[in-house]
Amino acid sequence: MQCTKAVRAGRARAPARGHEQTPRRSHPLEPFFLTMSELLLIFTDYTLRNVALGSAMLGVVGGVLGAFAVLRRQSLLGDVLAHAALPGICLAFILTGTKAPLVLLLGGGLAGWLAAWLVLAVLRHSRLPEDSALGVMLSSFFGFGVALLTFIQHSNNASQAGLDQYIFGQAATIVASDVRNFMVLGGVALLVVGLFYKEFKLLSFDPAYAHSLGLPVRGLNTLLTSLMVLAVMVGLQTVGVVLMAAMLIAPAAAARQWTNRLEAMIGLSALFGAMAGVSGALISATRENLPTGPLVVLSMSAILLVSLFFAPLRGLVWDWARTRQNRRRVRLERLLLDAHVLHAHGTLTPQTLAERRREPVAVALQNLEALRSLGWVQEHPQGFILTPTGEQKAHELEQAMRVLPHRVEGSS
Amino acid sequence: MNADLVIILTAILVSTASALVGSFLVLRRMALLSDAISHAVLPGIVLAYWLSGGERATVPALLGAAAAGLVTVVLVEWLTRTGKVKNDAAIGIVFPALFSLGVLAVSLFFRNVHLDMDAVLYGEIAYAPFNTLNLWGREVPESWLVMGSLTLLNLLFVLLFYKELKLSTFDPGLAAALGLAPGALHYGLMTLVSFTSVGAFQSVGAILIVAFLIIPPATAYLLTRRLPVMIALAVGVGVVSSLAGYALAIWLDASIAGMMATVAGLCFTLAFLFSPVEGYLTARLRRERQRLEVAARLLVAHLAHHDQPVPEGEVLEEFGWNPRFLKQVREKARQAGWLEVVREGLRPTARGLAMSSALLEPDP
Repeated sequence: MQCTKAVRAGRARAPARGHEQTPRRSHPLEPFFLTMSELLLIFTDYTLRNVALGSAMLGVVGGVLGAFAVLRRQSLLGDVLAHAALPGICLAFILTGTKAPLVLLLGGGLAGWLAAWLVLAVLRHSRLPEDSALGVMLSSFFGFGVALLTFIQHSNNASQAGLDQYIFGQAATIVASDVRNFMVLGGVALLVVGLFYKEFKLLSFDPAYAHSLGLPVRGLNTLLTSLMVLAVMVGLQTVGVVLMAAMLIAPAAAARQWTNRLEAMIGLSALFGAMAGVSGALISATRENLPTGPLVVLSMSAILLVSLFFAPLRGLVWDWARTRQNRRRVRLERLLLDAHVLHAHGTLTPQTLAERRREPVAVALQNLEALRSLGWVQEHPQGFILTPTGEQKAHELEQAMRVLPHRVEGSS
Repeated sequence: MNADLVIILTAILVSTASALVGSFLVLRRMALLSDAISHAVLPGIVLAYWLSGGERATVPALLGAAAAGLVTVVLVEWLTRTGKVKNDAAIGIVFPALFSLGVLAVSLFFRNVHLDMDAVLYGEIAYAPFNTLNLWGREVPESWLVMGSLTLLNLLFVLLFYKELKLSTFDPGLAAALGLAPGALHYGLMTLVSFTSVGAFQSVGAILIVAFLIIPPATAYLLTRRLPVMIALAVGVGVVSSLAGYALAIWLDASIAGMMATVAGLCFTLAFLFSPVEGYLTARLRRERQRLEVAARLLVAHLAHHDQPVPEGEVLEEFGWNPRFLKQVREKARQAGWLEVVREGLRPTARGLAMSSALLEPDP
């Protein structure tokens, strides 16, 4: 097993370079906590450096192309592309007999591209809903891939071991030549995005306008889909076919929370993707038998959760705080208006307020106390009266609530 | 008991149960939500497996998976409702995260035990004959019992709530206005999808369930426009692809579930190309035939205005057709008995003249 060897080699070299050897672990959860010396290995250890570079490239490419996919509501096309790569990988192996990653990745990319084309054909020539078309292609391609994979495994071909690493990814198998491949594939994708940035931007936000300007919308769509295929190819070895979709969707969705500008969103998306890729791959490379895909996806999910809840302006926590504040303000204002009506009739006491608002007297007392702490009412021998500021405020509220401007009767 | 029989009947039950609920998923445009559910049942199964002390027990697994499935649906709906993420992206975010948790738990805690990754991916329908239960003194395969009850449950659900399902699928607004509780129906359907997913999980694995849930109903959708016919056809396509897939898998020594999904995909391709309703090739053929028919009538009407036979060269110039098309049109018209070819050119027959006058001066 290639991966086992690579990890062992990485571990065995560590003490020779003067790092403290980590003691043998027993608890299964322990590998999730990286020690400082292990983190330093990124820069010195050959295996870990390749793993980190490869996953960072995946994060950047996936993040950039995912941003366009999410904006164009084509997130799940990425899922189909990734799942559909499996039969391509297997067929490439059967036809060429080699396990050279580049050959397998090309096979996977071609199969993904074919699946995307078939989805478009089905959508254009039948009335099948889009989600069903995606689901059909995804599951039939993947099923065919599984059948081919088991066919290869049962044919007793000694060199087949390791093909199933493409299902959930195994970052530890990434070597320097793979990193070079990723750089070329990802570099091409990023270059094309750079060249056609203006067109892609227009296509994402206003395809009808793009069409009216005479841009080849269908060609550009095909180009973007093909670039997504490149991103999937970069990710197959690291994350695997099943979970690759998350690397296209989650970074972009997280980045969207932080900004309203496309440039910033793409940059952040690439950054988040790279962070998740590197941390997930490193955690998985420290221990045997840990598939990389799930760890990368979980790291990405953590980043997404933080973004959803705490991103400035759009974060859910701030939403909740704003809603709470608004509710409190509205409640107090309605209270003041009730108090104002009673005040106008000259009988603002806890009892009358309780009756008007159909609430217990104790609650009415608390409410009056709240109004008094705001300086809107004050105590009076017959109960309570509105202060001048309270009256002023109530007047303003009444004016604001009026649909028709009957200004004359408003003041009391 | 015959091992082939056990496997085949299990596969038939899986495809029947899936097609029954899957038809509504396709019609309600929730195909990908079911994809998400089928991935997300994995952590539910793992949790149930862990809680029951490493034994594979069916009832806790069903409950755990149903819970996980509902968590998925609720999470996706919640994410969509916050407005921070679009619906499709929400699906694509939730299920990889849950599935990752499941895969990680399997590889950390259950490596090399009963619940390994191969089972998650490919299912183990081949082992169905070995898991038997003693029921009233007879050995019954566990998969028959599980999938049989699920098929029955789905069938009962569809039969009992047929009217409600139909209405809320095609007109949710009216269903809600009539007080049919579309929300309850929605969650009921989702629960059944989760149940079916976990029941089928043991047989065909987590990812290929979608093939059984979506492909046969989508195929049936292309073949008919009537709901009862669609459900029946979906069950039929599912059963046929199970049988053919099993035979192919035995022949090629490949994954049974994978082959079944492959055959289902082929069925879909055939329906897409040749469906009598709107198949790609049938529609093209029909369009081509109609084009010729219109051109032939046009040609005869043109000839009817001339006293002499018209040479073909003149017709070509008049209509701007290419010679090959004219030949097709001429043959078409001749077969219909509208024109005859004489030495000077084309001349309409009596039938052709009658047709053209009927064409140009329709009866009041």
